[in-house]
Amino acid sequence: MALMIRAGLLLLLLVTSVPVLADSAIEVRDFENPVMAERYRDLTASLRCPKCDAQAIDSSNSPVAADMRERVVHLLREGRSDKEILDYMVARFGEFVLYNPRLDERTWLLWGLPAVLVMIGGLIVAAFVRNRRHIRVRALSAEERERLNALVNREGSE
Amino acid sequence: MKRRLLLLFPLLVFLGLGFFLYRGLAMDPSARDSALLAQKFPAFTLSTLKDSDARVDESLLLGQVTLVNVWAEWCPTCKEEMPQLLTLAERGVRLVGINYKDTRAKGLEFLDEFGDPFEVNIFDPDGDLGFELGVYGVPETFLVDKEGIIRYKHTGYITPEDVERVVQEVDKWR
Repeated sequence: MALMIRAGLLLLLLVTSVPVLADSAIEVRDFENPVMAERYRDLTASLRCPKCDAQAIDSSNSPVAADMRERVVHLLREGRSDKEILDYMVARFGEFVLYNPRLDERTWLLWGLPAVLVMIGGLIVAAFVRNRRHIRVRALSAEERERLNALVNREGSE
Repeated sequence: MKRRLLLLFPLLVFLGLGFFLYRGLAMDPSARDSALLAQKFPAFTLSTLKDSDARVDESLLLGQVTLVNVWAEWCPTCKEEMPQLLTLAERGVRLVGINYKDTRAKGLEFLDEFGDPFEVNIFDPDGDLGFELGVYGVPETFLVDKEGIIRYKHTGYITPEDVERVVQEVDKWR
């Protein structure tokens, strides 16, 4: 039981810990208001650098990532919404720059597959459980009991 | 018997995954279609590389099928691309350059050294037009049709093997 609690606590810790590395901004930005600073952090962490494949623009040294960060700041100061800023980037660099691809006719499989896999797993487990139910414990016949006794006695006498 | 067949299921999953991953090996992740395909070339007003007083805008690209090549002096593959661009120009393709995040002196030096296949070069020192075009690595080449609509994009440098394909694309829109 104590082990279970410990494991549970560890899991909770893992799930709730915030990745600290992700927001290592390259330039220091001065935002007048903390909400905008927060939005800047979220936006630059969710936009993917078009040049570097597996890095958000917040941590990339690539020149295009620097240009995009600059543009995000500019658009934030203009008072654009998060969605407008993401649309602005998608209009220029394509869906590729979104770390969270939008749900549309090309991405439904991507979004739907995990749920489908969980369902398939559930069905398999259900099938196993049902099969188990048909297994019944049968009492030994007199003949079998005799044979079992003989075997046990032989083991004991040696 | 049915249960036996079920045992083949993991193998099928493996084969399916293997197929897709194997195909992925041959794909180039940096070659993506431009987000601007079938859209108007972005509006701009900039000077030209040769003349700081001149002003050109998107109307430059109207009336003729044009290959717009984004290049820079600091870009090594642009140098390797120049012979192919000169070939394209010789074969009657209209080329307009965008000199991207460069200085005038460096850009002109580059043309002196490697040849000048361009009808005109748009001077984009801050990369603003490049940003509007979604340029993320020079060289990049855009095919713009007579109506000023982007029809094709070639990311990375045009190799000698690519020339034929580019000519075909140009002819398609003539």
